[in-house]
Amino acid sequence: MERSRREFLKIAGISAVGLGTAPAVKVFAAEVLGQPEMRLGKDALMAKHWGLVIDTRKLKTSEDIKPMVQACHKIHNVPELGNKNHEIKWIWEEAYHNAFPTMENKYLDERVENTPFPVLCNHCENPPCVRVCPTKATFKREDGIVEMDFHRCIGCRFCMAACPYGSRSFNFRDPRPFIAETNKKFPTRMKGVVEKCNFCEERLAVGQMPACVEASNGALIFGDLEDPHSKIREVLKENFTIRRKQTLGTGPSVYYIV
Amino acid sequence: MLELALKGDKKYWGWIVALLGVIGVGFGVYLWQLSFGLGITGMSRDVSWGFYIANFTFLVGVAAGGVMVVLPYYLHNYKAFGKVTILGEFLAIGSVVMCILFILVDLGQPMRVFNVMLHPTPNSVLFWDTVVLSGYLLLNVVIGWNVLEAERNGTKYPKWAKPLIYISIPWAVSIHTVTAYLYCGLPGRGFWLTAILAPRFLASAFAAGPALLILLCMVIRKITKFDPGKEQIQALAKIVAYAICLNIFFFLCEVFVAFYSAIPEHTDHLKYLFVGLHGHGAYVPWMWASMILMVTGIVLLVNPITRKNEGVLAVACIVVFVGAWIDKGMGMISGGFVPNPMHQVHEYIPTVPEVAIAVGVYGIGALVITLLYKIAVSVKIEVAG
Repeated sequence: MERSRREFLKIAGISAVGLGTAPAVKVFAAEVLGQPEMRLGKDALMAKHWGLVIDTRKLKTSEDIKPMVQACHKIHNVPELGNKNHEIKWIWEEAYHNAFPTMENKYLDERVENTPFPVLCNHCENPPCVRVCPTKATFKREDGIVEMDFHRCIGCRFCMAACPYGSRSFNFRDPRPFIAETNKKFPTRMKGVVEKCNFCEERLAVGQMPACVEASNGALIFGDLEDPHSKIREVLKENFTIRRKQTLGTGPSVYYIV
Repeated sequence: MLELALKGDKKYWGWIVALLGVIGVGFGVYLWQLSFGLGITGMSRDVSWGFYIANFTFLVGVAAGGVMVVLPYYLHNYKAFGKVTILGEFLAIGSVVMCILFILVDLGQPMRVFNVMLHPTPNSVLFWDTVVLSGYLLLNVVIGWNVLEAERNGTKYPKWAKPLIYISIPWAVSIHTVTAYLYCGLPGRGFWLTAILAPRFLASAFAAGPALLILLCMVIRKITKFDPGKEQIQALAKIVAYAICLNIFFFLCEVFVAFYSAIPEHTDHLKYLFVGLHGHGAYVPWMWASMILMVTGIVLLVNPITRKNEGVLAVACIVVFVGAWIDKGMGMISGGFVPNPMHQVHEYIPTVPEVAIAVGVYGIGALVITLLYKIAVSVKIEVAG
């Protein structure tokens, strides 16, 4: 109550400065000043900056990737459309030279050549998708997760053009008939909106690790990048890692041990 | 003045009915798209913008091109253009209407379009594009209407219109600059990531817009008693000539930077468009046709003998317009998406329903321009007595 009154006064003050006439001005002020508040449950896992390390040494064949993809796509109601144009994927497999096209090597060691690389949204520190979204339907949370509001998205697909990793999918048609088994705990999407990996924020909120991490047999390490004592930081201290298209300055939160 | 659009002969009404037919077909297909989703188009996860956004981009240029008659008349007092400024402004209105419609038909959730205003996001270029486009539409409607009405009444246009006219000149530049910024600020798209994109867009705009205007002037002279004038058409032709030269020059600058630096992220898109990549090259014949058309246009327009022959000039304008449409419409958008961020080639070909919807949008634009031109020409004839 106290808080909302203060919010109101703040907005009213700004509106008064802006002559307080046009409702657009009020909305504008509220949008700019009113920081969204994040409320956490008692079991919620928290971090200053969630990150992921993918230890590709532990991934030999597609069979090692499949469980992660299946776990993710199942709980997030990702449809199986069967048409490559309309494909929706949150996490999938690419070859090294596709995942890291700017670091292609003419003579690559055989292991890396044959290793399947899981790719997903990088939850960038400086996400171009968030910069271009005209409605704030995609936004970066305080804990570094780049999130989507499926209900605000107008389907302009500017974020898909902006993402340098091809991590986003668009619902070219109603996905619901193509979901084998609907998980009632997570929303299905409607046609005409964009979607992508959400680092399982809905699971973190109830104290669970991301589904892909759980299904990875230890190949994926998830944790707080800003906590120097976290496991993920230990792994990063001990291993040389690379990130996708680092030169673009997007600051991916997903690291790869090759 | 609106009543002037309601008085016409059989041919006029025949044309209107034909346009309504085209619009009706497009609208019908759009209803299908609305219920099925954008899956009826050729767009995909990799090429997520296609024919709609391509035509939008091209038409922003045509709209901005209208300023090429406004500027010489109001800033340099080039009196001859007084006869055709209204045609430039009304062409801009029709083009902006089409731009807005192309954005609307491209949205996955069009009923949520007002979210852009409800949650204004100044860091999004698309937000600014909405602002400049609707502003440009408003400016041209207010200016065009008041100036024409004053002309009809034999008075001078109201004083407050003058500052609006001056504002509309840089505003025209802004609409195409902001539209270029939609593309050239994206980190992972090497084809668009170039500071010359906005200048290049403007150059092709100042070629395609006035080229279309010349053709429209010729049509008006043929089917009405109003003659936009030989001098006017020749002056416009010179504008088209130099603008299309600049467009090719800017393009060659791109080619040099890409291929001399030889950075794959920049060369791959051009290779895909002009010679094909990894065995895919659906756009190769189109891109070469576009280059040949634009160069032909340069030859015909720069040479005074061919330019002064109005028959040849009409051909030159058509080749410039079509060449610029292929270059900027088709090539610019799909070329930017192929190869994709994973350096895979996934081609895009528009589907028949997609083209039908686009043709419907062009039909609406043509209808708007027809009605506005009918009013303008009727006033001109009335004033001339």
